[in-house]
Amino acid sequence: MSIWEFANPRRFMGWSGKVVPVVSVLAGVFIAVGLIWGFFFSPDDYRMGSTVKIIYIHVPSAMMAINIWVMMLVASLIWLVRRHHVSALAAKAAAPIGVVMTLIALITGAIWGQPMWGTWWAWDPRLTSFLILFLFYLGYVALWAAIENPDTAADLTTVLCLVGSVFAVLSRYAVLFWNQGLHQGASLSLDKEENVADVFWFPLVTTIVGFILLFVALVLIRTRTEIRARHLKALLARERMG
Amino acid sequence: MIRLLVRDLRLAMRAGGGFGLGLAFFLIVTVLVPFGVGPQPELLARIAPGILWLGALLACLLSLDRIFQLDFEDGSLDLLATAPIPMEGVVAVKALAHWLTTGLPLTLAAPVLGVLLSLPGPGYGWLVLSLALGTPALSMIGAFGAALTVGLKRGGLLLSLLVLPLYVPTLIFGTEAARRGAEGLSAGTPLMLMAGITLGAIALLPFAAAAAIRVNLR
Repeated sequence: MSIWEFANPRRFMGWSGKVVPVVSVLAGVFIAVGLIWGFFFSPDDYRMGSTVKIIYIHVPSAMMAINIWVMMLVASLIWLVRRHHVSALAAKAAAPIGVVMTLIALITGAIWGQPMWGTWWAWDPRLTSFLILFLFYLGYVALWAAIENPDTAADLTTVLCLVGSVFAVLSRYAVLFWNQGLHQGASLSLDKEENVADVFWFPLVTTIVGFILLFVALVLIRTRTEIRARHLKALLARERMG
Repeated sequence: MIRLLVRDLRLAMRAGGGFGLGLAFFLIVTVLVPFGVGPQPELLARIAPGILWLGALLACLLSLDRIFQLDFEDGSLDLLATAPIPMEGVVAVKALAHWLTTGLPLTLAAPVLGVLLSLPGPGYGWLVLSLALGTPALSMIGAFGAALTVGLKRGGLLLSLLVLPLYVPTLIFGTEAARRGAEGLSAGTPLMLMAGITLGAIALLPFAAAAAIRVNLR
């Protein structure tokens, strides 16, 4: 049996229906544990005080904002190569979640930046690239919304996603070239010494896992809705025919 | 392909609008800036490269939907799709025609408007050079955006939303080159990076745009 059989809409509805409740509950548990742990049972940072607690929302949402785009890219490629409708619908379903995650990252970042840097917004490379990523998401969602024929929309958004990925990476480096940064570097890489301390790290990883599960649950739910909507349209068309 | 280019150029000249409109828009944007920020020469000189680049970019954006829309409506795009030349070639030629009617005049007009914004002396050459190297990328990226939205009834606004984020790298390197040139610094690095973007766009985007047009003609 090949892995692609899971992409058959009927089978997809079958297994995703069973998976969604589990993933949703797990996501809720992980996020709740991580946030409560982070908010009430981890110490304040000696320089940042209590504002460090924003990290438990800021970092997971920022990670998801980037990874959701990558997931959309992969789903679009699968649609392009293998023409699995579920794949295109999953990319469509993921985009608005990506918009929200990017927005959360930007807003929590602004709230964090106010006390730390003394400003809500700075044209720092990381902040600027996130704003540009946000614009890319908006364009992608708008293109999906504008085209009526679902297959045409899937094809065109796929092309946009591929080209957009290239330009998103280009913008990232162009922005680095354009202005020097205020934002700190990576704080979670596996091979560096400058990671965040363990007391912050464990609850942070918990919320990150929670956000990933939340994203999986939301994507599955939204994809199921899309499949149902399409099924409904087909049924209505059949009824009209005869 | 040459005949297609000549046809497009002729259409742009005779159909009115496209050719002069972009230039007039560029002029108006640059004239409005001093009203917005005040007439101090030092301030204007500092922001002049950015304003001129931004004005050129917006003027370019204005005429993008004309690249494919008219041909799509009267059916000549279908004819071109069945013609012996590949769709990628059609896209490249149309982007070239757009550049010749928009990017090139803008580049030539930019130094004149630079005078209005009291652009510093050494900046003129770099400004023209950066625009000459950067506007082809704007036309090519724009042709890709136009190809995506050609089948839509009200594609204009969506086209801007899709294309503007794609313009970010070109704009950054272009203004950086022009600004460094105006301040007498060495502008080679951003200029080369921007030329790289332009070449990459010309090499790859015709394929993406042609794929989008084929989908839209389906």
